[in-house]
Formats: sequence, C-alpha cells, structure tokens
Amino acid sequence: MPRYGMVIDLNKCNQCEACVTACKLENNVQIVSKENAEMGRVMQWMKMLTTNHEGNYPEIRPVSLPVFCVQCDDPPCIKVCPVRATYKRDDGIVAQIYPQCIGCRYCMANCPYTVKVFNWYKDEQPVEYEKCYNTDVSVRPKGIVEKCTFCIHRLQKAKEKSKAEHRKMQEEDYVTACTEVCPAHAIHFGDLDDPNSHVSKLMNDYRKFTLQEELGTEPKVYYLSEKSQ
Amino acid sequence: MNNQNFVDEDETLFRPIYHTGKGFYAFAAALAAIVLFGIFMYIRQLIFGLGVTGMNEPVSWGFYIISFVFFIGISHAGTLISAILRLSKAEWRRPITRMAEVITGIVLLIGGLHPIIDLGRPDRILHIFERGRLQSPLLWDVTSITAYFTASTIYLYLPLIPDIALLRDRGGRFHKIYEILSWGYEGTEKQKHVLERAINILMVMVIPIAVSVHTVISWIFSMTLQPGWHSTIFGPYFVVGAIYSGIAALIIVMIAFRKAYHLQDYLKEIHFRYLGTLLLVMSLLWFYFTFAEYLTTFYGHEPPEMRVFLYKFVGNYSFFFWLMVVCNFIIPVVFLSNKKLKTIGGILFTSIAVVLGMWLERLIIIVPSMANPRLPYPTGIYVPSLTEISLLLAATAAFVLGFMGFSKLFPLVSIWEIKEGREQSVKTVSERLHEYLPSKGHIRNEIV
Repeated sequence: MPRYGMVIDLNKCNQCEACVTACKLENNVQIVSKENAEMGRVMQWMKMLTTNHEGNYPEIRPVSLPVFCVQCDDPPCIKVCPVRATYKRDDGIVAQIYPQCIGCRYCMANCPYTVKVFNWYKDEQPVEYEKCYNTDVSVRPKGIVEKCTFCIHRLQKAKEKSKAEHRKMQEEDYVTACTEVCPAHAIHFGDLDDPNSHVSKLMNDYRKFTLQEELGTEPKVYYLSEKSQ
Repeated sequence: MNNQNFVDEDETLFRPIYHTGKGFYAFAAALAAIVLFGIFMYIRQLIFGLGVTGMNEPVSWGFYIISFVFFIGISHAGTLISAILRLSKAEWRRPITRMAEVITGIVLLIGGLHPIIDLGRPDRILHIFERGRLQSPLLWDVTSITAYFTASTIYLYLPLIPDIALLRDRGGRFHKIYEILSWGYEGTEKQKHVLERAINILMVMVIPIAVSVHTVISWIFSMTLQPGWHSTIFGPYFVVGAIYSGIAALIIVMIAFRKAYHLQDYLKEIHFRYLGTLLLVMSLLWFYFTFAEYLTTFYGHEPPEMRVFLYKFVGNYSFFFWLMVVCNFIIPVVFLSNKKLKTIGGILFTSIAVVLGMWLERLIIIVPSMANPRLPYPTGIYVPSLTEISLLLAATAAFVLGFMGFSKLFPLVSIWEIKEGREQSVKTVSERLHEYLPSKGHIRNEIV
C-alpha cells in the first residue's frame, strides 16, 4: 500500500501562487462574495502563509509558504469527529465524506494548522463559473467542512486508467493539481514508502522539516528550506 | 378538618397557581415576542446557512457554543445544590430546592439545543445516533447531558408528587393532569417511605452525573491541541464555574419570584445570606483555579500559549478579561465579605455581576483561542451578528418564560417539605444535635 506525501522545496518556490489558483479551480472550491471575504470567509484549500519579511524598508518583501492540509499520520481532526465524516485512508490520505458531515466544526477547532474551511453560505459565485466546474469533483453544499484531499479524484482516475490499460500504476499517473502547475518545480508528490520514488529521494535532504513537528501529528507534507521558516 | 388548616397555612404558595395578574400576561407576552423573534431568526439561518452569523475563519465557534457552555453551567445550580443540601441535611434548604431543580430542567433543555443551533447541517443530526463515534468528546457530551436531563427531571418530579397530590385534592383547572401526575399518592406511611427512599437514591446518583456533565463539556475544549484549551485543570475549573454561575442564577430567580409572588415569609434574608456565603466560597475557588491556570501558562511561556495569553490580558480582549475579574472576584469579595453590603440588594447585585462575569468567562475561553491559531495567521476577528444576539436574548427569555409557566402549574416552594420541616424537623434536629454533643454523664465520668 502506498503512502502518499509531498515535498515542497521552498528555495525553489517563488511565491507565484499558481498552486493556490490551480487548487481552487481543480476542486471547485467556492468563490465567496467580497463582503464575506472581508469577514474572513475566503475559501482556499491551499493558501499562502506569510511567516517573515525580507529586506529593509522600503524594499521589503514577504516570505510566504504554501500551507494546506498536511495529511497528518496521526490527525487530530479525525479523533474528534462525532460522525466519522473525516477519516484516514489506508494510503495515508485524510479524506472527507461530505454527505456525512453534520457541520459541527469540531475538526476545524482541533486542526493545529487551521486549514479546514467551512461552507458558510450557499453558492455565491456567478452562474458562469459553473461552466468551469471540474466534473470529477462534487460541489459541496452549504454547512459542511472541506479541505485538501490530495486531489483524490485524480487517484481514482489513475487507478481506473491503469487498470483499463492492463498495467501497474506509475508514479506519473497520479499527481496533484498544484504539483502539475508549479512553474518552478518546487512541489513534488508521490509515494513516500517507495524507495525509488522522487519524493522519497528528496526526503533525504538535510533541509527537510515539517510544520509544527513538536505536536507529534506526523505530517506527510515536507518542506525543504535553507532557513527554517 | 385538621388537614384543611395546614393548607390554609401555606396559602401563599398556592396563590400563584390560582390567581394570575395582568402584569404576568403582559410580561409573558413580551418574553414570548422575544422568543418568537429568535425562532424567526433561526429559521432565517436555516434557509441561508450559518453565513448569517458573525462566525468566520479562524473563529469558527462563537455565541452558540458560548451559550451552550453557559446555560449548561447554570443548570448546575439546581440539581447539584439541591442534592448536596439535602444530603448534608441542611434544614434551610427546604424553600430553595424546588426552584433550583426547576432551573436545571429548563436550562438543560435550552442549553442542549445550542449545539444543534450551531450545526451547519441540523438535518443530519440523526447521524450522531446512526453512526456516532464514541471516541469523539461531542458524543460523550450527548451521553452525559441526556443522562443528566433524565436524572434531574426525575429528581424534580419525585419531590413534586406530594404537592401534586395536594393540588389534586383542591380540584380546579388542571384537576385531570394532577390526578394523572400524582400517581394516586395519598400520603400513607408506606408511600412516604418509598418516596423518601427514591429521593435519597436519586440525590446520591445525581451528584456524580452533574459533575460529569460539565467535566465532559470542558473536555470538548481540553481534548484539542489548541493553545489556551489544552489544560488538565479544565474539568474541575468548569465544574466550579458552573456551580458558581448556577448559585448566582438561583439567587436572581429566587429574589425575582419572592417579590412577584410575595414569598417573603418563606425565602427570608437568612436564606440569601447563606447562599451568599456559598457564592463567596465559590468565588474564591473560581479565582484560585483561574490564577493557577493563567500562572502556569505565563510561567511556561510557550509562544502559541503566550499569544492567546497576551490577547486576553493586554490585547483586544483585555476589556472583557478584566471586566470578568471585576465581576467574578472583586465584586463578590467586596459585597459578600462585608456585613453592611451583604443585604438582599447587595446579594442581588453580586449575583447579576457573577452571571455576567461567568458568561464573559466562557467568551474569554472560547474566542481568543480560536482567534489566535498556532501558525502565524493574522489574528481572527469575531463580531456577533444580529442573529446570534437575538438568539441569546431568546434563550434567556425562554428560560424566564419556562420558569413562569412552571410557577402557574406547580408551587415554586415545596409545600410538603415546608410542612415536614415545621412538624418534624425541630424535634429531629434537636435530637441530632444531642447526638453530636458529648453526653453530660460521660464528661463527669472522665473527670472523676
């Protein structure tokens, strides 16, 4: 059984936010109205977190890193869910069951990375956007929690495709939207347990760190950086 | 004939059931209007979604969860106080227990509704029973609150039976209901004995259940990894806070209904002074827990914890924090440890301050921890919307309305217990007192 994970090379990342946009389009994440965005209800599965600033005034520039569900191996969110609407799959992906969620937002309260988002309203986006929907991903109704799923629909597709072609699934078959779109090739995705995979080779890098390692949640999203962020 | 005389003696207690003034209807109508407005706002929320509240990211829990913790806390007034006073054979409990138990029943219903109001998908509420995970603290909550509600309603009902029998014998409007509810109670020796035994068993059972309820509610927070919540002290801290706010609410209700129903002969100043002392003890206990909680946080000086700590002490929530300290500690200590200020008016003022202060405490525990996530996100801002404020008002109005409704059906002071106190207690208490004291002959023998 594979164990999917991600390695992000922050020294390569130029903070263009292409991954943020790609994620939003790929997963049909709602676009909220301006008023709601100002209230802090922007829905993003992947967001840029500014951790620091570089340079001297007036030439300062923010240092950010992309943050999204880190797919903990010991996820605090699934522990508290009262209805098993979020659970860890055998391949390590922490998945959501949308029709089961009662919207108590306990998982949001217990996520130390604050990466889960809630559908506060019904669809607010202009109707034209519906034409751009990704038909592989369900559109979530109001009142439930969602988060990054490592583009789980792509895994489903890759499995079916390789089965139809009577071959084993290759590493290139299943990549997430953010990995695919990154112009700097900073995001790498693959099987952490496969010693020959690209990501497990990158894992040996001395620059490796995870977010809030001290909490013992064992994230499967690793960052590489000269300076600790 | 003899019996008739006793009934007349406590006529004041029966009066509210048979006579209703215009003021009562006007007040009830005003409260009902507030409740109806709250229901309207909730239906609006059902249609449009939780977006109509002020909750956002990262503050994804707001007024509803605060109200939930607050109202369930108030419920500890009742059953716990009444059970402890009964268990310790405190004779001054007699006119108090009934009101305390009624508070529990009504407030538990209101408090228990709040998590459902808070749900994004209340239509899926049955999932909790269908595929609930017992590992989730929310399920522990459902379990313990249901147990508490069941136990405390029975505990309210059992001591009510002899009074219902009295009402049944008098006839009147709800004669039929009383006849069913009194279960043919006639006050024979055997019936009295069985009833007493049942009450005794229940009052012992109810105490651990009540303690478990607020402990489990605190565990909703302390089981998470959030800074400011992940604390071992939370269980007892919440229980102490719950009893504290409960006594304060009980005093307010007692003073209000004493005035409205002219119960001055039953609820005397001494009752309030005793309850005031209890309130003072709880105030000191509350301060002890608060001090211990924040000192350990400050001394440990972990960055995520400190972010929440500073937000409370000097940041955006400092006004609420220090107001809470004034309401929960300074006012009670000044008013209740000073004989001149410990009048009924002073105790009422203190109790109102404590109820406000305990509500603020829930606010201060819940919002700052959510507004300051562990990762360096911008600090969250939470402003409750009209929906949340009107639902808070509606919940309070529903509580008062429920209490008023109860007072029109059943006596607010346990009549049979007052009678029992008058007829038997003087004798039993003096006998008990003699048991405590060394006998005279014994001392003489020692000396010789």
